[in-house]
Amino acid sequence: MKLTTLMTSAALALGLASGAVAQDKTKVGFVFVGPVGDGGWTYEHNEGRLAVEEEFGDKVETVFVESVAEGPDSERVMTQMALDGADLIFTTSFGYMDPTINVAKKFPDVKFEHATGYKRADNVSTYSARFYEGRAIQGHIAGSMTESNIIGYIGSFPIPEVIRGINSAYIHAKKVNPDVQFKIVWAYTWFDPAKEADAAKVLIEQGADVVLQHTDSTAPQAAAQEAGNVITFGQASDMAQYAPKPRVSSIIDNWAPYYIDRVKAVMDGTWESQDTWDGIGPGMVGIGEITDAVPADVKAEALELKEKIASGEYHPFTGPINKQDGSAWLAEGETADDGTLAGMNFYVEGIEGTIPE
Amino acid sequence: MDLSAINPLLFVAGFLVAATPLIFAAIGELVVEKSGVLNLGVEGMMITGAICGFATAVETGSPLLGFAAAAAGGAVLSLLFAFLTQVALANQVASGLSLTLFGLGLSALIGQSYVGIKPPRLGDIDFGPLVDIPVIGPILFTHDIILYLGIALVAGVWAVLKFTRAGLILRAVGESHDAAHALGYKVKRIRTAAILFGGACAGLGGAYISLIRVPQWTEGMTAGIGWIALALVVFASWKPWRALLGAYLFGGITQLQLNLQGAGVAIPVEYLAMSPYIITIIVLVVLSADKSAAPASLGRTFHASN
Repeated sequence: MKLTTLMTSAALALGLASGAVAQDKTKVGFVFVGPVGDGGWTYEHNEGRLAVEEEFGDKVETVFVESVAEGPDSERVMTQMALDGADLIFTTSFGYMDPTINVAKKFPDVKFEHATGYKRADNVSTYSARFYEGRAIQGHIAGSMTESNIIGYIGSFPIPEVIRGINSAYIHAKKVNPDVQFKIVWAYTWFDPAKEADAAKVLIEQGADVVLQHTDSTAPQAAAQEAGNVITFGQASDMAQYAPKPRVSSIIDNWAPYYIDRVKAVMDGTWESQDTWDGIGPGMVGIGEITDAVPADVKAEALELKEKIASGEYHPFTGPINKQDGSAWLAEGETADDGTLAGMNFYVEGIEGTIPE
Repeated sequence: MDLSAINPLLFVAGFLVAATPLIFAAIGELVVEKSGVLNLGVEGMMITGAICGFATAVETGSPLLGFAAAAAGGAVLSLLFAFLTQVALANQVASGLSLTLFGLGLSALIGQSYVGIKPPRLGDIDFGPLVDIPVIGPILFTHDIILYLGIALVAGVWAVLKFTRAGLILRAVGESHDAAHALGYKVKRIRTAAILFGGACAGLGGAYISLIRVPQWTEGMTAGIGWIALALVVFASWKPWRALLGAYLFGGITQLQLNLQGAGVAIPVEYLAMSPYIITIIVLVVLSADKSAAPASLGRTFHASN
């Protein structure tokens, strides 16, 4: 993967020589963690990029580099983009956080937008979506539908975003099914179809009849389909090709409006560093069609839950909730504050296992 | 912790499947390197095989035709490498790397209309009553023919390299291409044949991922398995059975750590996650204490005028 980026950055460097002509165009760069054809996370970010091109036509030029490894490698890719004259750079994975901050220091005139992180600077904004709202709905459906009472969960990396999703899904599965048990497997990758499929198979072999994934490819869906009587949920993208079963619903990330908005701000000169965290209500998180594989009453409850979350009437983290060790976290009726959620590093009561450090 | 959740039979059967792509890629590359050529394009040939096999299986409805096409696809791509390194005398490292990049791009292009399709399933071989043997039956006799082909290939390569004249010639070319040339062997022709064999094997390994292990097509789905195969060949000291052992170790421990995680074993997950790499390396390094060296001409360009 490194080599792909090496060559792409070489290509970008070549572009530097010839690209000085179109000064009036706003140049927007995107750094992707997987291939744009992953059918999940990166696919949706790329859809956002295409929407920007659609919206602004000739006034904008977008570039992207895909399959960029998190860590130092990404720093080089961003630097190359900035040198190449990008006005705005979206870095779309948690692991790009420190590299983004480092590169932003070197290029104060270039605007950066980092997805799912928490470090900001004068020229670095952060943005994320409240995926945990969608996880609540998944948890509800999963808890209602499981017959083995074992729900498998494929985690990527033990970061707050993923832990939040696990907690949210667990709380809502437990609400409808007190006997539910979560089996969590960490894949330590965002994108590795073979490994993701293996993880799904292992979970299914160990009795899970629902598999939730927080990795980017559709491989777990294929593994579930192969196994037969297992349900899954599309992650980041609709993954509708696996509907109506195993995929019974999905969380869809909709970045397009945000990307268009931010590119416009750069064009107008009104761009400011900010922190955006939107959920189902503003439309950044979409819930994919709940298929007929879900019983009608469960579907109705799920949709009602979605409405309540969208309107702000219900918060997925509403007390009483204890932490895993039994200590009190949220009192009756109390809702979690964004600060705690953003840095969430603990399981809620009832989940077994420890979070890797 | 609930170790009883792990079904040992399913676990072993699972890791045999997980290791198979690695076995194909490693045994192919082993033959290539034995002939004195370093082809770093394994990843590219694998992913090309993955999509050629997938597309053919979907279009024809026959997984076996898919595997044949995968072998052909990998071999055709490796022909490009053979041309660059054996005819144009280009640097092998650079050519191999570009082959990987090219393969990744080409497969993404071919694969665009195959995203989200379910491939036809290759059935398991029917061993009849053998399946009913306790323990051994479900582990050994519930697989598809390609998995057995992988093991047979390892045995075949081992036997050919060790006992046959053809194997001797291949090794001679890899150890000293000048001497082999002086004896009248067609160094370039032999190396090209080895490269084609390596390409076909890598293609089969790739198709095993897209048709059986996952099974689906996703861009970049080999995700580094080709590189692991390359490392495996070196750590296995260019010995076929050790490559097989390494692949099983790697596949087995990968599966085991996922199983242990699922069962909630109290070993920190990060150690579990790194264990396949570390244990495979340690075992193979210890085994290679017999000072088996790389083929002496490995990576060197041959030209008859030298």
